[in-house]
Amino acid sequence: MRRILLTALLVLALAGSVTVRADTDAEVQARKDALDVAAAFSNDGFKIRDGHWCGTVKPHDHSLVAVNLYAGNQYWFSASATQPAKKIAVSVYDETGKQVTTDNYDNGDKAAAGFAPSNSGQYFVSIDLVEGEQGTCCLVYSYK
Amino acid sequence: MPVFRQLTAPKYGVAEWDEIDIGNFAETRIISAMTRLAGLAVMVLAGGICTAISAETGSIPPDQLAKAARTDTISIPTPGELFAALGKSGKINWAGQYRGPIPVTYSNRAQIALNLGGLIADGFIAVEAKDGQQVKNIGSDIIKLAKALGVSEKLLGRGSSINEFAENNEWDTLQEELEATQNEVKSSMQSHADQDLVILVTLGGWIRGTQVVTSAIIQNYNEQSAKVLRQPALVHFMQSKVNEMSPELRDEPLVKEVSNELGQIEKLVSFPEGKAPDVEQVRKVNQTVGKVMQEIENKEAPK
Repeated sequence: MRRILLTALLVLALAGSVTVRADTDAEVQARKDALDVAAAFSNDGFKIRDGHWCGTVKPHDHSLVAVNLYAGNQYWFSASATQPAKKIAVSVYDETGKQVTTDNYDNGDKAAAGFAPSNSGQYFVSIDLVEGEQGTCCLVYSYK
Repeated sequence: MPVFRQLTAPKYGVAEWDEIDIGNFAETRIISAMTRLAGLAVMVLAGGICTAISAETGSIPPDQLAKAARTDTISIPTPGELFAALGKSGKINWAGQYRGPIPVTYSNRAQIALNLGGLIADGFIAVEAKDGQQVKNIGSDIIKLAKALGVSEKLLGRGSSINEFAENNEWDTLQEELEATQNEVKSSMQSHADQDLVILVTLGGWIRGTQVVTSAIIQNYNEQSAKVLRQPALVHFMQSKVNEMSPELRDEPLVKEVSNELGQIEKLVSFPEGKAPDVEQVRKVNQTVGKVMQEIENKEAPK
């Protein structure tokens, strides 16, 4: 019995180590909506990165994602959240944690922030829940 | 503070929302133009185009910043992003940054992964140079190396797409295709339990990209272009990912050497905020990444 249990645990551990987690339906929806927001900026020549981050937005909490940006480029960070999150906001902080000035687009559960860094380096994109309850969110970004 | 233009009216027709295959961004290319209208329409219908300027109101303490999510696909910029930033400071002789063909017969998996990343960066250079034939040559080498690692057969399709876009001079689409190819290689590695190799692909691309950028800056130095080199957190992140690899892979001589050099490179790209490196500092970075690149290209790891 013990051996069976051990074997089962080993198999589970191995499976866990090699499995790539699939996106949930909520993540897929949030990503689709975030890409829709980002697509609008493509008209201005912004290229959308083929990468994304999905997570959760909670009340009174920052969902933070680290990005590394280059001085000279312009960026838009587009996010979307799913119900019961109703309204979100996107903001950007520099490597010291100080908020930077951004152009903002806010539309309920979709939001975006755009800026052109004067210094290359690490920045933090924050997705905040402004109204509603905890929900799934997704962030994509575009640059030119 | 730069001023972003208002969102402009799209030129395309009615969007078909349900056709968006968001599992793979590159495959949505054909309908992406239509989604631009859809995205804009949603914003307008919701009465939502309200571009506002946020004030500098807040700050986040370091302990919270330390917990920020960091992932390969969003925290590490593509070579295309780096080249785009460099291109803003003046005309770059991208074709002058080509290197000779590299062997595609390596047998060491870590070395293949590092070179694969380097080749993808070469693809971005060829796109910047708008050189269709070079893109096709590099695309073919990428597929050869990727196949050596046993990654997805889907990549063969990518090779055909790269050729087609190169023939039609679709440079923006080619950039997307290269990034999608890189992500597909990485995704395939993950599903084949080769996730340790993923960071090596990224690392190879960053090293080659930095070699090219430093070389271009040295040829025509100006402070604005030199500013793109400040990336200590990025190098630190890649180093931390290398440290998370399996001990066996980490102990391979080539990986060990690259990892050791990363520590040195991190120091070399740690300029104070707002200060551009001078030409000598740029040269130092170039020499160091050049040395690493030579090891990646040439050294056949011991059996």
